[in-house]
Amino acid sequence: MTENSQRPLRVLAAMSGGVDSAVAAARAAEAGHDVTGVHLALSANPQSFRTGARGCCTIEDSRDARRAADVIGIPFYVWDLAERFREDVVEDFVAEYEAGRTPNPCLRCNEKIKFAALLDKALALGFDAVCTGHYATIVTGPDGARELHRASDMAKDQSYVLGVLDERQLAHAMFPLGDTLTTKDEIRAEAERRGLAVAKKPDSHDICFIADGDTQGFLANRLGKAEGDIVDESGTKVGSHDGAYGFTVGQRKGLRIGHPAADGKPRYVLDISPVDNTVTVGPAASLDVTALTAVKPRWCGTAPTGPGAYTAQLRAHGGETAVTAELRDDTLHVRFAEPVRGVAPGQAIVLYDATRVVGSATIATTERRTRAQALAG
Amino acid sequence: MAYLDHAATTPMLPEAIEAMTAQFARAGNASSLHAAGRRARRTVEEARETLAAALGARPSEVVFTSGGTEADNLAVKGLYWSRRAADPARTRVLASPVEHHAVLDAVDWLGEHEGATVEYLPVDTYGRVRPEALREAIERDPDSVALATVMWANNEIGTILPVPELAAVAAEFGVPTHSDAVQAFGQTELDFGTSGLAAMTVSGHKIGGPYGIGALLLGREHSPVPVLHGGGQERHVRSGTLDVPAIAAFAVAGELAARRRADFARDIGALRDELVEAVRAAVPDAVLGGDPEHRLPANAHFSFPGCEGDSLLLLLDAQGIECSTGSACTAGVAQPSHVLLATGSDPELARGTLRFSLGHTTTRADIEAVAKVIGPAVDRARSAGLS
Repeated sequence: MTENSQRPLRVLAAMSGGVDSAVAAARAAEAGHDVTGVHLALSANPQSFRTGARGCCTIEDSRDARRAADVIGIPFYVWDLAERFREDVVEDFVAEYEAGRTPNPCLRCNEKIKFAALLDKALALGFDAVCTGHYATIVTGPDGARELHRASDMAKDQSYVLGVLDERQLAHAMFPLGDTLTTKDEIRAEAERRGLAVAKKPDSHDICFIADGDTQGFLANRLGKAEGDIVDESGTKVGSHDGAYGFTVGQRKGLRIGHPAADGKPRYVLDISPVDNTVTVGPAASLDVTALTAVKPRWCGTAPTGPGAYTAQLRAHGGETAVTAELRDDTLHVRFAEPVRGVAPGQAIVLYDATRVVGSATIATTERRTRAQALAG
Repeated sequence: MAYLDHAATTPMLPEAIEAMTAQFARAGNASSLHAAGRRARRTVEEARETLAAALGARPSEVVFTSGGTEADNLAVKGLYWSRRAADPARTRVLASPVEHHAVLDAVDWLGEHEGATVEYLPVDTYGRVRPEALREAIERDPDSVALATVMWANNEIGTILPVPELAAVAAEFGVPTHSDAVQAFGQTELDFGTSGLAAMTVSGHKIGGPYGIGALLLGREHSPVPVLHGGGQERHVRSGTLDVPAIAAFAVAGELAARRRADFARDIGALRDELVEAVRAAVPDAVLGGDPEHRLPANAHFSFPGCEGDSLLLLLDAQGIECSTGSACTAGVAQPSHVLLATGSDPELARGTLRFSLGHTTTRADIEAVAKVIGPAVDRARSAGLS
């Protein structure tokens, strides 16, 4: 059973000014819910204008959302959560990079802003649920508990960035787009049919608070230049860098290493050590991760007991991979059935049981195949 | 629906709508010399006379503008430029800190781009400027003052400022005074002729006239440098083809505002007092903003401790009550009110404000609607807290 068939609820629809959240709000209203639209002002500079598909919370987005709300026929407000967003998302993003990790700010925003700051205020004001344009499905399980599942259309599924939601947050979440097997073109057509002017608006990309898309420039501006060494696995210096935070595990391009590797093969970032400001590079085979530990787990329901078999997703647009996972002392220990590449500390691992989101945790350490194993394998 | 946001805009009076629509189908540029132009000119000049009479001014002292904002900009910037052109030493601009943004931002712009030294006059907890405070500010260096600008009545908290007394002080030193009287028109007596002002701003849509029309009452001895250059239509200080339908309707609304003022103030003041009592009964710790004595009869402004004004607005809107937090919006985002901060209000308290502004369509049922829901709304907004 999906939320659409439930009794009418008082719903607060988060409206970014984009097409997905507008259609989501329209569907919630059409389903008979009492919907109020809210645009979150998250930018430190709400007077800015859009540049193509980039930027967020611009004055145009706010106006687009306001117009959409009027077409849908719902009240609309702008709530300023810029200060909370700065503290919980932007500063966390910078601190994570500074610590040599690779964060996903969208997860943090869902966890701390949309389904915390916004949800708490909504509940206090008498609303029952927060509605967003995410592609994910909420299913009421056999025991009556709410479960988060992948969207019907796996190609659009966004359950990964919602994997941080706990049971309470989920109990008050509504995703009207998740249970439809519609393409993005069809969502746009639906918006058009509903008279929503945002139907043709380009999708937003990248990180909303880095308007020009230049993450390295943003970090360099925030963290300053910090020159250090690039070394190979034996510790030999092979190059230098302007700041270890500018690298991501698995990165190949932009290393600017002068002389080639002994075997002539491309080299990848294997490790980032903020303590000695060193970036370690090596061959692709050394990227193979066989196991990891992850901290700060969050469960969409009860925490699993004992080791279990799951599928895992490691990136917003990554594939699934088979794992066994066990929770010990609040740390998640994960072993991969097949080695995986491009696993960076700071990223979230989201565990699934078939389509159901079990929970998520932040990757802390990875275990690589030894060189001997890699060569043998 | 209880519409209690008349200070933002008030519905047009039927008489004004009639006057306006009667003009729409008629051709005629008031600057044209043919018969159609003469007819349009006559409509404009009759409207000018009507408005002048309503405001105690000479017809030639009425300069039509596109509204309050333009009139404020013309007065503040134009008088600054002309006064400085006559004597380069005149660069000080004295302003109250509770001005509308149309004055405040114009004054700040002069400070940032035109070499003005902006001095904000001290106000009391009600937002009133004392004449002695203005005198002290001018006396520090009388020859360097370009102009003073002090609003007649505040748009947020409803306080009426002692404008004629202030203008009299400035006049002793030969300093011209401008006053934004947009909120005062129709609620308190305005007599430009005896006010001692050099310039005074009024607006159409706050008194039951149309949007997009206003006027700067401008003493005949003052020639502010224009903000808009062009055909020189209005005394060569304001250019642009005159909006005949809007001007005709503005004059009708202005005449009615002046004629009905005393009755309106008495009746609406009584309703306002009922509203204040009802809110206080429901929320005993609500703080009434503004001057309890010198205030606009249609204004009630409250601070509710522990509440976010935005939350209250949403909750009341859901109950069919339309009011305002009273503070300016940027992209819809509420900013702390500069008016409350200037009056020394606790910034935390200043976040939980509501402005109810009554008008010609307000009935006792509207007040009863507020009385019914304000208590529960404040309780709920308090539980949502200050995020």
